[in-house]
Amino acid sequence: MKHRSFFWFFLPTALAMLIFIAAPIVSVVLQSLFVPHEAVIVETENCTPFGCTTETAVDQEATAAIREAQPLGRFAGLEIYKDRGHLAFEEVGEAWRSTESWGAFWGEIFDLPFYRALSFTLTYTFVCTPLLIMLGFVVAITVNELDKRIKGLMIFFSLLPMIVTPLLGSLILFWMIDSRGVLGNLISYLASDPSLSLKASTPLMWISLIVYGVWSSAPFAFVVFYAGLQTVPQDTLESAQIDGATRWQRARFVIIPHLMPLVTFVALIQLMDNFRVLEPIIGFSAEAHATSLSWIILNDLGGETRQLTAAATTSVLTIIGVGILLSPVLVRTWRDFKGRA
Amino acid sequence: MASAAQRKPLGLRISLTIFLVLWFIIAAFPFFWTFWGSFKVELDFFSIADWTNAIFGRNTQETYGRSFTGAGYYGAWVTEEFWRNALNTSITCLFVVVTSLTIGTLGAYALSRSSYNYVFWLLIVALMFRAMPPITLVSGYLPPFFQYNVWGYLPTGIIVLVAMNQPFTLWMLHSFFESIPKELDESAKVDGCTQFQAFRNVIIPVMWPGVITTGLFSFLLAYNDFAVGAMILAENNRTMVAQIAAFLGTTYTEGNVMFAVSAVVSATVPLFILVMFFQRQIVSGLTAGAVKG
Repeated sequence: MKHRSFFWFFLPTALAMLIFIAAPIVSVVLQSLFVPHEAVIVETENCTPFGCTTETAVDQEATAAIREAQPLGRFAGLEIYKDRGHLAFEEVGEAWRSTESWGAFWGEIFDLPFYRALSFTLTYTFVCTPLLIMLGFVVAITVNELDKRIKGLMIFFSLLPMIVTPLLGSLILFWMIDSRGVLGNLISYLASDPSLSLKASTPLMWISLIVYGVWSSAPFAFVVFYAGLQTVPQDTLESAQIDGATRWQRARFVIIPHLMPLVTFVALIQLMDNFRVLEPIIGFSAEAHATSLSWIILNDLGGETRQLTAAATTSVLTIIGVGILLSPVLVRTWRDFKGRA
Repeated sequence: MASAAQRKPLGLRISLTIFLVLWFIIAAFPFFWTFWGSFKVELDFFSIADWTNAIFGRNTQETYGRSFTGAGYYGAWVTEEFWRNALNTSITCLFVVVTSLTIGTLGAYALSRSSYNYVFWLLIVALMFRAMPPITLVSGYLPPFFQYNVWGYLPTGIIVLVAMNQPFTLWMLHSFFESIPKELDESAKVDGCTQFQAFRNVIIPVMWPGVITTGLFSFLLAYNDFAVGAMILAENNRTMVAQIAAFLGTTYTEGNVMFAVSAVVSATVPLFILVMFFQRQIVSGLTAGAVKG
């Protein structure tokens, strides 16, 4: 295709992405480097026969003039990145100097909102992903063995947890796991502890969120592995059987190596997707026990005071995190491209 | 039919069946439970006293004389005017799907038919954009949207969703167009068609399976979106998902949890129907990227 016609074909989608994805990213980075102007305060002294009083007032004109002159705000550099709400260098340094043991140090660190969110986000990402791959794998192998007539039905129901909107799915699960819900009741009955409640226990909340994460993403792994199983070379399987390989050995040495590229694919996609965990925290009303980076951004943006600068800074840090997780995908795509060219 | 050599031993067969039944319950039971419970009163839906109440609805019987009630649905759809949000979601989804497919098809077709180096880099950039969590972009949208006074309107939300949809649409349609032989439109061009005529007369008639699959995922993205709906749309323009999130704050205090439950069930039903009819396309779409790699 000629450059000219390529340009016209590609223009609409390129414009959409430039204006609504690329430009906002630039804007987010800029916002994270600037803080809004403070209002200009003027002091006036009022003298009456009974003495003098000073009054402070906002000089609206001067404030407007400054805002007009520098619409981005006051340049703050990396100041916001270092403040207590984000990377909190000072507090971390202070904790490092003042605490005696590792446990106490981490205790201090987890009181800082950014590190609290980061610790949950990373735990969620790196616990959910392997678990959902394993579950999806086993489901795929078992469903594959089924009779054709039940297969369709099983696939239908297996897809549901993934297709359903994350917020709705997490609410549906939350209402069951909640201390008043049927599963919550069952758990506290089994533990014979009537006071056991999701809302009161941080470990329980983390576990339920991870259970939700596995529940909602295992179907993706299942579908991908199921499709992969359809292309397992039957000849290899049969010759392995003739050579006396047991069922387990055939799975271990034929099927799993065949599916290995798919495992990498699912892992890379899911690491990126789990890193942005947001809806389950809202659905589970979990913010007292678990927050994520995305949740901090939403929290800063919502409410009466939209703290754009703080939100932008967390956004940039989140984007950096996604970038780190994305880099293996990029390397892989690059290799594919090189291999093809 | 499996031959005798491939027949599984009994123990293995039993454990496989048990596992499958378990998985079936894990995957499907929450939906049935919530659907069933949405026709009950709150005391039955959350039945601390006796869990069988949730099945037989004793408290519902006491209140309404029947063990099923549509009170939650009435409250959500009529009192809380959830139909407005349903309407907003329908409009959003329709326009997002149509727009993003239109511009996405053109772009992806161009990518698949050009062999220059920049194609690779454009795809890489699209991949990076696809990885971007939508919520991180929101703080970039707000200042200009306030400045130009476009914040809160449905079309704004639609345009933003279309843009966020593009990277995925491009990747999916790109790999689909790659599978359509280049000779088709090459020969049309030899016969004197321009590139666009070749696209319109030769490619458009054969592209529908790929477009439908991609459209399904565009629909799901627009339907499932939470960040844009909650942060960029004004209160009366909210989509269903954003409205349910807003319900959570108010209903828990007012004791109208059943409104939220009914709203959640109402919003899940269209997805159920979607999977029922398009199961094959969804499966093939999810695996399209994977099996090649």
